[in-house]
Amino acid sequence: MKHLIDIKDLSIEEINELICVANSIIADENSYSQMCRGKILATLFFEPSTRTRLSFESAMLRLGGQVLGFSSANSSSAAKGESVSDTIRTVSCYSDIIAMRHPKEGAPFVGSLTSTVPVINAGDGGHNHPTQTLTDLLTIHQEKGRLTNFTIGFCGDLKFGRTVHSLVTALTRYTGIKFVFISPHELTIPEYLKKEVLAKNQIAYTETTNLEDSIHDLDILYMTRVQKERFFNEDDYVRLKDYYILTKAKLEKAKTDLCIMHPLPRVNEIAVEVDSDPRACYFKQVSYGRYIRMALILKLLDLLN
Amino acid sequence: MNIDTIKNGYVIDHIKAGQAMEIYDYLRLGDLDCSVAIIKNARSQKMGRKDIIKIDQNIPIDIDVLGYLDPNITINVIRNNEKVKKFKPDLPEKLVNVISCKNPRCITSIEQELPHICILTDPENRTYRCQYCESKVN
Repeated sequence: MKHLIDIKDLSIEEINELICVANSIIADENSYSQMCRGKILATLFFEPSTRTRLSFESAMLRLGGQVLGFSSANSSSAAKGESVSDTIRTVSCYSDIIAMRHPKEGAPFVGSLTSTVPVINAGDGGHNHPTQTLTDLLTIHQEKGRLTNFTIGFCGDLKFGRTVHSLVTALTRYTGIKFVFISPHELTIPEYLKKEVLAKNQIAYTETTNLEDSIHDLDILYMTRVQKERFFNEDDYVRLKDYYILTKAKLEKAKTDLCIMHPLPRVNEIAVEVDSDPRACYFKQVSYGRYIRMALILKLLDLLN
Repeated sequence: MNIDTIKNGYVIDHIKAGQAMEIYDYLRLGDLDCSVAIIKNARSQKMGRKDIIKIDQNIPIDIDVLGYLDPNITINVIRNNEKVKKFKPDLPEKLVNVISCKNPRCITSIEQELPHICILTDPENRTYRCQYCESKVN
């Protein structure tokens, strides 16, 4: 039995397989509509979420399966003090696969130790969010036709942004990728990623605080939100939340085939006027998220063969 | 002092001066009912000053802890008044309940029964990370 806790749990071959299956679902979704008939997905969300939970539930329903679960810790036995291990052990008696989000880092890993069914990490605090990474990889593959040889800029909160950390780690396994990290000094990419992921793999990168000066080099621009829930100090959040705002004017210097991505939800960091620009891919990214989760559910339930 | 004063046990030698009590605590030697000697600031040709711990009982020693605390420590195993083995502990790949994760966002901060497991991720810099949240712990 396989779990997905960290994107590193998947080999490059397995990621490519998932992208291949997702592409096949995109091409002919109907042929997959009954593949999970009789199967139940439990969505255990100890932290609020709109996109990820609904994406998982939609993915399972589109595969002909059923869903159950809760959408906040207050409506689960966690409110009574039950441990993550006990909750997962219990829920694995009711379901065939579990998607779990928890505000504490490492909670899905703890759950996977006692679960009798596959556990998917649907986000654990500021730590990992592997299905967002798979979504991002599928988006890049769909929009660029490849996962190699491009320049990608990450902009915004690169310190707490778990989607950034996971995607950077995943992309280091592909060749010919140049990284540009654009962030305020307070929210730069963590040292451990620079040393233990980028430097260890001898991957060159640049760091800057200026989006306008680097946008013309980019094939992909990955914008992120400054997340209020990651700050202990409200003043710091207020000071940094509008540091970068992508507008049509700033896009004038960008390549015509730039792919603008964002894990969503967006607050102010991308002006609404950018939504109509053909380079805006962030809502397509939402659709890709469902397709890759469909592929992942099929794989973890061993239904691909 | 001579190690032949111990019949069956261990001599933990070449401890950095001043670190003996830390090792004493980590190994929970205070819980033993045998003789335990701590020699502080002993003269050493190699180190100038060093600490030594002598344990007069054949107990299982947590080598992992010693390797983490100081890989330059020497462990002498004494059986029937003879030194039968002398070695330096390796830097352990994994530490269980030796160091605690201090990350307030880590699951270990709310689930007290979880063992604190740390993994060696960078041997060159002796860096350990929490197995759950991957935060640096030392």
